[in-house]
Amino acid sequence: MIGRILALKKAGVLGLNARNGDYIFHYNQRKYYPLVDDKILCKERMIRYDLPVPDLIGVLREMHEVADVSDMLGDRKEFVVKPANGSGGDGILVIVGRQGDYFLDADGRMVDMDTLEHHITNVIGGIYSLGGQPDAAMIESLVHFDPAFSRLTYHGVPDIRVIVFKGYPVMAMSRLPTRRSHGKANLHQGAIGVGIDLGSGITMGGVSGNSAVSHHPDTGAAIAGFHVPGWNQILDMSARCYEAVKLGYLGADIVLDRDLGPLILELNARPGLNIQIANRRGIRHRLDAVDAIGDAKHTPSERAVWSMRNLGERKAEPVVESATASSLPP
Amino acid sequence: MKRDSQWITLSLLLIAFGGLIFAYKVVRLGFPPYPDMESAAWTIQAKLELTPERGAVRANLVLPSRPTGYDIAQENFVSRGFGLTVKDGDYQREADWAIRRLRESKSLYYRALVIPATSRRNFAPRPDYPAPPELEEPFATAARDLVNEVRAESADTESFAAAMLNRLTGSRPDENMDLFLADVETFRDRVDLAQTLLAGARIPTLQLHGIRLDQDAQRAHLETLLAVYNGDEWLVFDPVSAEEGLPADFFIWWTGRGDLADVKGAHISDLQISTRHRVKRSLELAQQRSELQISRISLISTLQLPIQTQAVYEILLLIPLGILVIVLLRNFVGLSSFGTFAPVLIALAFRETELLKGIGLFVMIVSLGLFFRFYLERLRLLLVPRLAAVVTIVVLLMTAISIISDQFGMETGLSVSLFPMIIVSMVIERMSVIWEERGATASIKEGIGSLFMAALAYLVMSVDVFAYWVTVYPELNLMLLGVIIALGRYTGFRLTELRRFKPLVMQQKVPE
Repeated sequence: MIGRILALKKAGVLGLNARNGDYIFHYNQRKYYPLVDDKILCKERMIRYDLPVPDLIGVLREMHEVADVSDMLGDRKEFVVKPANGSGGDGILVIVGRQGDYFLDADGRMVDMDTLEHHITNVIGGIYSLGGQPDAAMIESLVHFDPAFSRLTYHGVPDIRVIVFKGYPVMAMSRLPTRRSHGKANLHQGAIGVGIDLGSGITMGGVSGNSAVSHHPDTGAAIAGFHVPGWNQILDMSARCYEAVKLGYLGADIVLDRDLGPLILELNARPGLNIQIANRRGIRHRLDAVDAIGDAKHTPSERAVWSMRNLGERKAEPVVESATASSLPP
Repeated sequence: MKRDSQWITLSLLLIAFGGLIFAYKVVRLGFPPYPDMESAAWTIQAKLELTPERGAVRANLVLPSRPTGYDIAQENFVSRGFGLTVKDGDYQREADWAIRRLRESKSLYYRALVIPATSRRNFAPRPDYPAPPELEEPFATAARDLVNEVRAESADTESFAAAMLNRLTGSRPDENMDLFLADVETFRDRVDLAQTLLAGARIPTLQLHGIRLDQDAQRAHLETLLAVYNGDEWLVFDPVSAEEGLPADFFIWWTGRGDLADVKGAHISDLQISTRHRVKRSLELAQQRSELQISRISLISTLQLPIQTQAVYEILLLIPLGILVIVLLRNFVGLSSFGTFAPVLIALAFRETELLKGIGLFVMIVSLGLFFRFYLERLRLLLVPRLAAVVTIVVLLMTAISIISDQFGMETGLSVSLFPMIIVSMVIERMSVIWEERGATASIKEGIGSLFMAALAYLVMSVDVFAYWVTVYPELNLMLLGVIIALGRYTGFRLTELRRFKPLVMQQKVPE
């Protein structure tokens, strides 16, 4: 056991206690938490800082407003209902189509207006919020994911998670929904985590739970070697989030929209640690590298470039080779 | 950086402070560190029977004042018709009974509860050096010779006294000593003689009179020991055997050449001291002892509170311990549960139901509750009314379980009422949400996790010694607080993370 602890330390793996004690406490001031915990506030911030986000259709704060939801939606066929203070992706209802009075959710199930309203009242009641406080439901436009990703996802929207430390992107991964995760990009629910090389934006090996996967279980496509489009822009956006919400250690969740390019879906003040497993790398050495830079002022793009240069995998090699390399059994 | 060391200081301070109070209570006040400890206590009684002669009667009885090794916890006097005054001195206490007219024989009683003392107090103050005895010849010369002889054979006061007492036993023929011993008739004479001879060497001495607390006795035998002052402390000798040391069971009643009782206007027809052994709970004795010492520290215990409040505090004071278990399980092992401390509250309920039955009842209520909760989901109630409905259903379920189990004569079913119903309702609510969002497996897994943590917290909290410690020594919770603060700074890996991050280490081992 001691050996394992030492090995993990050497590999620079960050544990939950260390993340909380050494990073979140130090770099994330509590007063800025609402800026990310409340998705509505977060969206306003993002817009103020010119960061692209999915359009907000409307916000429902009171029970009596729920009756107006049908007016608010008009004849929209696609939208997403989210709890403003939800956690872990709970309570998100994705509507992808409409047939008369019925909506179609991401799994292809029929949802009638009553069910939709009930879901929204649950959200407002606070069933999904931390601590069960009354919450607000936000309805935003559906992201049409970039077809570039279509071979790597089953339903749902794959997203890209970038950990940003003191404004520097330090690690990235993509979360690919699977049939098992019911189209959700949530690793706990069975989505595949894929490490992305910061330097090149090329995916590396995938991880499902704790085991390595080389191919998407539902589409059969090879996971490694995929070049994420607009990588520079993604890192640039992530770096700018630091100025927007002033959190020293944050996770930016980004989706690629077919028409709008990368959009920031949400930010996280306590980003999970699975990204290390997806990347097969401990994150600590990179955090230390950023710490070593000191407090010199750099613009977000300078920081993004620094990260690409310094935190990329040493062997960011051509597509085919890295694909075979990572499909080797560990 | 200053703030970084603050927690260590605070944590250590709390641990030290709690530990000090605890140590003081155990060592100085004699609070027993373990429950159900018993100590020996003695009831001693002096009975003074007076036969009137004429006129007013005054009776004076010396009371034990500072019996080394013992404390006097309770005293009472039985002396109907007599006026009683107790003279309290530092080293001398007396009871004075007086009556103007005594028609017939009458017994006066003094009774005391004697408990072992935790601190050693001297039975007498530092004495002055005695004047050399004024003796007539040939005694003066004999005494001088004896002193000189013994001094030649001894190194210090202690060995001098021992050697002198040895000669007194007459085991060795000695002309000088024989001269003195010729006049010795009683035991008291012998002790007086020892004092005279030691005074010849200007060694302060003191007679100690007392009884042995070793068995129940109707008529305890009064013994006399001789205390010799060596300049720093009193040494106690048996004047007959010349053995040194105060026997542990020797209870010093009074000191000096005086008598135990002194009566005017009557004569003592009987004076008897009886002893009775009693076994008392150490805790009770400690409380009595702390009353004697008027120690505020001893107030730091819930034992002074009304009995019902005590019962409540026994539970409340155990909570930090249960919470410590949760802290360890969450931050060191890495388990998760519904609600941060909900398992502790469930564990408290287990205290009443016993573990297995408690788990059974809990599972039963939660399963039934979930069943109704899923039905409620279909009714599309708003959140708060739905929660209210769940709570109501839980209450009804608990009542039903109690009534049914009562009909079948099973008592455990009755204790179901102690389950924290709000907590149970929240668990049901959370489980059903997770059930829907992440599936039955995740939900049941987390439910079992919570139950496991509750069971573990219960097992720790149900250790009798812990319950005893926190009630008698609430300051131990200060130490617990210190430990919890220190644990709060643990940023190492959790046990489950060793498994979780295993792939990251495995990869490192692959040669590049």
